[in-house]
Amino acid sequence: MIVEFGHFALILAFAVAIVQMVVPLIGAHKGWPGWMALAEPAASAQFLLVAASFAALTYAFVVSDFSLLLVYSNSHTAKPMLYKISGVWGNHEGSMLLWVLILTLFGAMAAWFGGNLPPALRARVLAVQSAISVAFMAFVLFTSNPFIRLERPPFDGQGLNPLLQDPGLAFHPPFLYLGYVGLSLCFSFAIAALIEGRVDAAWARWVRPWTLLSWLTLTIGIGLGSWWAYYELGWGGFWFWDPVENASFMPWLLAAALLHSAIVVEKREALKNWTVLLAILAFGFSLIGTFIVRSGVITSVHAFANDPERGVFILAILAVFVGGALTLYAARAGTMEAKGVFGTVSRESALVMNNILLAVAALVVFVGTIWPLVIEIATGGERKLSVGAPFFNMAFTPFFVLLALILPIGAILPWKRARLGRAVRQLRIPLLLSLALAALAFAVETNRSAMGPIGLFLGAWLVSGALTDLMTRTGRGGVGARLRRLGRLPRADWGKAVAHSGLGITIFGIAGLMAWEIEDIRVAYPGQAYDVGRWSVELQGVEDTRGPNYFAQTGTVLISAGDKPVATLHPEKRSYPVAQMPTTEAGIDNGFLRDIYVVVGDAQADGGWALRVFVKPLANWIWCGAIIMALGGVLSLTDRRYRVAAGAAKSNAARGGAVPAE
Amino acid sequence: MLRGLILVLCILCGPALAVTPSEMLDDPVLESRAREISKGLRCPVCRNENIDDSHAAVSSDLRVLVRERLLAGDSDAQVVSYIVERYGEYVLLRPQTGGANLILWIAGPFAFVVALGIGLVFIRSRRRAGEGASSAGLSLEEQKRLKEIMGE
Repeated sequence: MIVEFGHFALILAFAVAIVQMVVPLIGAHKGWPGWMALAEPAASAQFLLVAASFAALTYAFVVSDFSLLLVYSNSHTAKPMLYKISGVWGNHEGSMLLWVLILTLFGAMAAWFGGNLPPALRARVLAVQSAISVAFMAFVLFTSNPFIRLERPPFDGQGLNPLLQDPGLAFHPPFLYLGYVGLSLCFSFAIAALIEGRVDAAWARWVRPWTLLSWLTLTIGIGLGSWWAYYELGWGGFWFWDPVENASFMPWLLAAALLHSAIVVEKREALKNWTVLLAILAFGFSLIGTFIVRSGVITSVHAFANDPERGVFILAILAVFVGGALTLYAARAGTMEAKGVFGTVSRESALVMNNILLAVAALVVFVGTIWPLVIEIATGGERKLSVGAPFFNMAFTPFFVLLALILPIGAILPWKRARLGRAVRQLRIPLLLSLALAALAFAVETNRSAMGPIGLFLGAWLVSGALTDLMTRTGRGGVGARLRRLGRLPRADWGKAVAHSGLGITIFGIAGLMAWEIEDIRVAYPGQAYDVGRWSVELQGVEDTRGPNYFAQTGTVLISAGDKPVATLHPEKRSYPVAQMPTTEAGIDNGFLRDIYVVVGDAQADGGWALRVFVKPLANWIWCGAIIMALGGVLSLTDRRYRVAAGAAKSNAARGGAVPAE
Repeated sequence: MLRGLILVLCILCGPALAVTPSEMLDDPVLESRAREISKGLRCPVCRNENIDDSHAAVSSDLRVLVRERLLAGDSDAQVVSYIVERYGEYVLLRPQTGGANLILWIAGPFAFVVALGIGLVFIRSRRRAGEGASSAGLSLEEQKRLKEIMGE
């Protein structure tokens, strides 16, 4: 009964979405306030209905209602409660319902917090947002309905993919979807602006928080996914350039670009055309990402749906929205002219460079991701090739290195007109410190890797550059007075410095991990210690153990430095009988400067066990940096400018024009 | 269907260690060359995994094959082309640079040069617009807003 209620709520939401797509748009065109005002309650209703529908599905998972096909195929009574709940979105149908839930949530938030938007703009934004809802609700209802019943309910379910039974992965999709779908609102704002033919500082100010929110949730989502891959897949890689990872990385790059170009629109009323185009492309890449993941067109580690009907449907959504948006853009972009004026060396120019580098980096990822598909289609399936990590590392990295090099300089340049010499003078201490650090690393390291010192330099340069930027904002005077002023700087300034430092810390970690990892593979015998780097490793034994829904062989490995024990690790080989699938659980000793990562393999005939031991320098810095980046986003988001946006609305009204009387 | 089957096959091979101690060569120099080569070769039945990380049986065969060729005195490039001859270009994680793949390799640098050109033209146009504007360096819009603020 509850399940049917959920199904019905979704259908009702679909009907509401159709109304919300049409009526406010006509109202905005004709200037009818009543028709425009319909958008708000409709957006709230849509969200509540989808939330009810999602709650009904969650309920079915929680009580293990196996009369529901989806619950039967993806759940099992023996599964821990956390994974029963995360099982709701651990499958195609449920995850699309989550997509729609977040889509309507953003629509509703735009309605709730959009009180200071001009009514016509708000009506149009909500109508476009609802059009996206209509498309995706139709997708769920007609191709991926989660509410299908089984005539004869089976006794127990088939279980969830054991790889997905992990806290890191349980919360990875919701965050990613918040980011993907959040960009839909930027898209809606862009379309609404194109319909109105007007993009100004106020528009950029409204778009920025949503971009920021999308970007920071994408950052968390990607970070969680990468962390999961690190400890779960058993060889301690953090990024595989897998199509599914790339699908989330491209929107992240474009959201980062959009974030920066919207600043130029807000502060200087330049780059308008480009910002609108970026908003369209960023959401376009979210749709492409959804297509890649959901259609299974490019199979990979975690693409788990392959049904052509669905792929074609998403492709159609992509074609209609991005194609339609670009057509509208081509027709209207000419009417938006840039106003701000700036010199060749200025913050504006630096942000143009930022956008060029981020967009080109996204393009490289995109071309690399779809290239195997392009070749396969072009040759009729005769030629099959792969584009893997070695390509991306070579083709992508240079652009990011360049970006990191110019970032601290660009961030410290003043708007309009700047002098490069002055910026370099302000940054001479960070520059020297970072160079010294890189030289030290080069002198100490034994493998003569160039990547390590370069990465350390860039990381240190970003962090110290960000700190210098903050200090220069405190003006002149004694150190004490400046430190006091530091606390009173706007949150947006802090957010900028923190986010840029986070990027630096991530680069630091990547450089350390990739350049100085130690690996040891051998047959270990219980009781015989051996050295890996400066640590001593001793396998003490391997026992058979069991968990709630799996059996395991658990090793006990003692790590010590000299005579002092450092950690006792328990790497596991698990076997899930329901899913007939084994997984490895690495034993990891997390440390500030290094992780020790142990994987146990097969038993050998002579009583030994295959053991793989890694020392991974600075590994945790990678995800730490991602958290700090996201924290920077949160700081910026809580800046009072966004809370007190009344000033923007007022000056907009004063400039008159398109604001209709109510 | 085929992909599902492949996935099942991958899984059935079990989570042995990717590189097992028995496969490794005694000569550390040759072994580290073998590891480097392995990292650039894709497991033919897995999703986006190199044979060095893969648990699949065919990857194990490939790893042994790489080491056999190295012991036979092949150079790294010879080993790779030996494998590509037998398993196809699909196993190369770093695609070849010739032919149509040139587009793949050139796309990034080409786009960067074009974007840089457009960006520079745009930046120059903004500077010129500035030289034409009023001596105060404010655009009309800004002057209007200045008046608005001063008037209030």
